[in-house]
Amino acid sequence: MDRKIRILVAKPGLDGHDRGAKVMARAFRDDGMEVVYTGLRQTPEQIVQAAIQEDVDVVAMSILSGAHNHLFPRVTELLAAKGVDDVLVVGGGVIPEDDYEFLKSKGVAAIFGPGTPTKTTIDFIRANLKRK
Amino acid sequence: MSDIESLRKAVEAWKAGVAKSAAKFPERRASFVTGSGAPIESLYTPLSLEGRDLAADLGLPGEYPYTRGVQSTMYRGRLWTMRQYAGFSNAEESNKRYKFLLEQGTTGLSIAFDLPTQIGYDSDHALSQGEVGKVGVAIDSLADMEVLFDGIPLDKVSTSMTINAPAAVLLAMYIAVAEKQGVGADKLNGTIQNDILKEYVARGTYIFPPGPSMRLITDIFAYCSKSVPNWNTISISGYHIREAGSTASQEVAFTLADGIAYVEAAVKAGLGVDDFAPRLSFFFNAHNDLFEEVAKYRAARRIWARLMRERFGAKSPKSWMLRFHTQTGGSTLTAQQPDNNVVRVAIQTLAAVLGGTQSLHTNSRDEALALPTEESVRIALRTQQIVAYESGAAETPDPLAGSYYVESLTNRVEEEALAYLRRIDELGGAVKAIEQGYVQQEIQDAAYRYQMEVEKGERVVVGLNKFQIQEPKPKGLLRVDPSVGEAQVKRLHALKAKRDNAAVKAALADLETAAKGDANLMPPILAAVKAYATEGEICDVLRGVFGEYRPGSTF
Repeated sequence: MDRKIRILVAKPGLDGHDRGAKVMARAFRDDGMEVVYTGLRQTPEQIVQAAIQEDVDVVAMSILSGAHNHLFPRVTELLAAKGVDDVLVVGGGVIPEDDYEFLKSKGVAAIFGPGTPTKTTIDFIRANLKRK
Repeated sequence: MSDIESLRKAVEAWKAGVAKSAAKFPERRASFVTGSGAPIESLYTPLSLEGRDLAADLGLPGEYPYTRGVQSTMYRGRLWTMRQYAGFSNAEESNKRYKFLLEQGTTGLSIAFDLPTQIGYDSDHALSQGEVGKVGVAIDSLADMEVLFDGIPLDKVSTSMTINAPAAVLLAMYIAVAEKQGVGADKLNGTIQNDILKEYVARGTYIFPPGPSMRLITDIFAYCSKSVPNWNTISISGYHIREAGSTASQEVAFTLADGIAYVEAAVKAGLGVDDFAPRLSFFFNAHNDLFEEVAKYRAARRIWARLMRERFGAKSPKSWMLRFHTQTGGSTLTAQQPDNNVVRVAIQTLAAVLGGTQSLHTNSRDEALALPTEESVRIALRTQQIVAYESGAAETPDPLAGSYYVESLTNRVEEEALAYLRRIDELGGAVKAIEQGYVQQEIQDAAYRYQMEVEKGERVVVGLNKFQIQEPKPKGLLRVDPSVGEAQVKRLHALKAKRDNAAVKAALADLETAAKGDANLMPPILAAVKAYATEGEICDVLRGVFGEYRPGSTF
C-alpha cells in the first residue's frame, strides 16, 4: 500500500498505566505509521469517534486494570453500529489468556501480553490490515 | 611516596595488566552499565572517592545528612514495617484479606482502592462501568469504610491509603470510622499518598488542575499538624515514575522536585516548615540492580537532608530525615515463567533493606498476569521475613557503607539528580516542568530506550529474551466476580434512600462555599462524610468549583 498506515493508540477506561501505550505509539511511529494517541481515560464512545474522525486503519487499545472484557467489546460494538467494518482492532496489557478467546469472538483480532516484542505487534498489524 | 600515590601506581599497573589479558580473553561485554544505564568501571578503589569528604557525606546512622539511615540503630531497634498493598472487590472481601494478612504477621495495612474511588466517581457513574472493585476496593461512602475496617482496631494498626486526588475525602472517612470505634484522631497512625504531581506524569488518577490540587494538599498538611499529629500527610512517590520507565537518578530527581514543590506551596500558604515537614514521607521503587538501588536510597536521603536544612532553613532534625516506603518493581516482573519473579522480588527486597527502608511491600509472582492469589501474597510476605530473620542484612545499619563501588554509585546518583533539580528549577519548579511536559518526555525517552535494549538483546531478561521455554497457560489466577459492580451500585442506592438527604445537601453546600473561599477544606469535608455524602458527590462539588485537569497527550 502506498499511503501510510494510520493507527489510533487508545487508553479506554480509568486505567492510568500508559507506559506500554506510549512505547507502542513510538514503535509504530518509528515503523513509519501515522500515530494518534488519545491520552488517558477515554470512553468507548470517544475512542470510536476519534477512530472515525482520524480515519484510522487500526485501533490499538491498552488496558491493565482488568476492565478489558467490558471495554474492548464496547468499542467493537460501537464501531459496528457506526457501520465501520474495515478497521483492525487489537489490544494489549495485563489480560489473562483465558479471556483471549472471548475478546476475539467480540472482534478484537489479537491480544498482546506483557513482554511481547514491539515487532511482533507491528508485524501482526501489517499482515492483518482490513483496508488494503 | 604517599599512600594514595602508591595506590595510583598500583592501580595503573593493574589496569595495564587487565588490558593486556583482555586482548586475549576479552570481557563478556564491550561496556558494563547499571540497570539504569550508567557506566560501570572495571575496578573501584579509594581513588574513586578521592576529593570527597566521607565524614560529611555519610555522617553516622541517625545523624545528618542521614546517608546511612534515619535511625541510629536501624533494624537492630525495630524491623521495617511489612506492609502489603491489598484490596479488591467490595469492603467485606477486602476486610477479610486484611484480617488474613494481619494473622500472617503483616504489621501495617495498605489499602488499594478501585479506580472509580481513586478518581472521585461513585460506583454508579458511567465511567465506573467495568472498573468497580477491579484494582482495589470500591468505597462510595463512610458506610463502606465502616465495613472495610470492621473488627480492626484503628489505634493498633497503621494504615497506608493509596489515594491521591480525593485524599482529603478518604482521610476524613478514616477519621470518622475511628471516632465510631472510640479512637481519637490523635491516636491514628498511617499515610495517605496525596501526591498529585506524580499523578500528572506517571500514574494518571488526577481530578483537579494543579492549583486547587496543591491547595487541598496544603489544607491537609495544616489540618493534620493540629488534629492528626501522627499521620503522614503525604507519600511523595517515585515508585510510579520508575514504573513509567525512568532511571534510578530520574526517580530520585523527579520525586524530590515534587517534594520541593509541596514544601514551597505549604510555606507559601503560611505554614512553618518544621510544623509540617516532619510528617512528609516518601515512596520509592526497588529494581533488580542491587547496588544501584541501595545507592539511590542513600543519595535521596543525603540530598533531601541538605535541601531541607540549607534551602528551606528547617531547624528540626525530623524535617531533614527522608523516611520512605518501598515497593518492589512491578515492571520488572515477567509474565513468562512467573515463578522466577520470586527471585527478582528477593533481590529487590534485599536492596530496600540494605538501603534502609522504613516499610516494604513485596510484589507477588503473578502480578504480570492478574491480581495476586493468596498463596502468591504469602510467598511475597515470606520473602521479607526471610530477609529479615535469615539473611543477616538487618543486623547492622547500612552494611554497604564504605564500599568503594556503592559510595561511587551514591555520588553518581546524587550528581545526576542534582543536575535534574537544577534544570527543573530553571523551568520554574516541578509544576511548571510538568505543565511543559518536560518530566513526562524524559521518562518516556528512558522507557523507550529500555524497551529497545531488551528487544535488541543488549539487556537480558531471563525467560523473556533469553532462556525461554514453551509454557502452558497459567492456571489458578484470581478473578474478581463481575457481579461485584452491580452489588456495589445497589448498596449505594440503598444508602442514598435511607440517609438524611437534607443534611447531605446542607453539608455539600457548606463545602462549596468553603471551596470558593480560602478556608481549610478538611472540616467541611469531614462534616459531609459524616452525613454520608458519597465520595462522588463531594468530588463533584469540588469539580464544579475547581474544574478538571485536561492533560496534553504526547508520547
